[in-house]
Amino acid sequence: METKNLTCIGCPMGCALTVTYEPGNRESVKVTGNTCKKGELYAIDEVTNPTRIVTGTVRVSNRKNLVASVKTKDVIPKSKIFDVAHELMKISVEAPAKIGDVVVKDICGTGSDLIITRNVE
Amino acid sequence: MNTKIAIIGGGPAGLAAAVSAYDAGVKDVVILERDDKLGGILNQCIHNGFGLHTFKEELTGPEYAERFIEKVRERNIECLLKTIVVDLSESQGGGVTVTAMSAEKGMFEIQAEAVVLAMGCRERPRGALNTPGYRPAGIYSAGTAQRYVNIEGKMPGHEVVILGSGDIGLIMARRMTLEGAHVKAVAELMPYSGGLKRNIVQCLDDFDIPLKLSTTVTDIKGKDRVESVVLSKVDEKNNPIPGTEEEIPCDTLLLSCGLLPENELSSMLGVDLSPVTGGARVDESLETSIPGVFACGNVLHVHDLVDYVSGEATEAGKHAAEYVLGKTPAGEEASIALETGNGVRYTVPSFVRPGRLENFLTVRFRVGNVYKNPEICVYLGDKCLQRRKKQICAPGEMEQVMIKKSDIEAMAPGETIRIAIETEQEAAQ
Repeated sequence: METKNLTCIGCPMGCALTVTYEPGNRESVKVTGNTCKKGELYAIDEVTNPTRIVTGTVRVSNRKNLVASVKTKDVIPKSKIFDVAHELMKISVEAPAKIGDVVVKDICGTGSDLIITRNVE
Repeated sequence: MNTKIAIIGGGPAGLAAAVSAYDAGVKDVVILERDDKLGGILNQCIHNGFGLHTFKEELTGPEYAERFIEKVRERNIECLLKTIVVDLSESQGGGVTVTAMSAEKGMFEIQAEAVVLAMGCRERPRGALNTPGYRPAGIYSAGTAQRYVNIEGKMPGHEVVILGSGDIGLIMARRMTLEGAHVKAVAELMPYSGGLKRNIVQCLDDFDIPLKLSTTVTDIKGKDRVESVVLSKVDEKNNPIPGTEEEIPCDTLLLSCGLLPENELSSMLGVDLSPVTGGARVDESLETSIPGVFACGNVLHVHDLVDYVSGEATEAGKHAAEYVLGKTPAGEEASIALETGNGVRYTVPSFVRPGRLENFLTVRFRVGNVYKNPEICVYLGDKCLQRRKKQICAPGEMEQVMIKKSDIEAMAPGETIRIAIETEQEAAQ
């Protein structure tokens, strides 16, 4: 069994959660310290399959002093955040680009596309 | 140039106010914006989490802004970009004279029948913090660093300390980390963070960045460039405790120490301002002390969520349109003051004209401290009208109560409305 201390993000209470679990076994997760159901569900997800949206910028090859903002269209595994961040440093797009344009399909094997979030004229 | 409604600022508040005024029947609306594009500060807020209330999805800042920019375009609302308003004054024949300038038009005047103030806010600068030390390069407000990184693609530094745990500071801790910088600590003067829990977890905990509470910067070392900062613990009165100094080598210090409504233009016009919020004192219609001048968004009081800014600005735009169309409901009877009781720092509005209410009065406010298991109480005169239990109230989270029009109309002359925080402990005393 492993133990992890988390802060719940469900509301401003920010309950201090203690989670014990067997890695890879969703049924084994025990949560204490939560004051509502939200805390339990959050903790279970955080120790079994934590995910995040990653946002950042990429260079615009034909513009000076201007970058394009991007995000992963869907959540990706938390463990892949830095893989995506490093990949962004190698990517550039060409202006014009508009919100929703796909920059990279299935970035870093996450299953999520990288898309533009700010129109670049 | 003449217009029915001039909107000062093309950020989230100005955009929503313009759309709402147009939809309420006033087509002659002008937005004045000093930047070269609409959207305001949302353009540099490239993280997600915007629009959950308004659009039921998580958007980034620029995506959220674009939804409203499209609405403005669809309606062909006139937008004067790269145009800075330098003066507002009451015109002799009624209305407001807006003095603006741009490279294209030079200095020019607009006669407006109504004005919506939507200038937003500014960050508290280093000069207002009384930090000792030289004035080396490498000290930025968090929002300035955000603009460099997210719009211009430039890194302000590599070894970073952040003072203040407001949301922009937290967001920048993550952003700088993902861009390869080493964020060594976030120091917060108060014993709690002013930022959202979600940002503490996803911007600091995710990257093992320490949050040092009851801590402040007591020295900045380096003459040409920041070389290190000294952090010290503070006591209950926020005075540094000798012997607790910790020197952290770094080349960059970001400041995220609060936002101040930008009301220089409101002052020039003679609008009555609240010393607590720094924004205008408004009535239930978001009208300021000057008839026909309305305020909304962060220039009125600093919000945590842009969704609430859009909502408030929609109200302000609608009321500005009613004013221009001569549809403002009666309500010339004496106004009722809203007072802040225990724990409440301010309320918006500051006063109410019952005759102008539709069905409810919505009051937004902030508390001055962290309260566990409090009750939010609404008093009309001496009578307690509402008591609502909450698990927690914190300064970083705006609160809201609704009061029925009929209850307000039943108040005796001279009585006031008071919002207060009561805890069980205090109730027992």
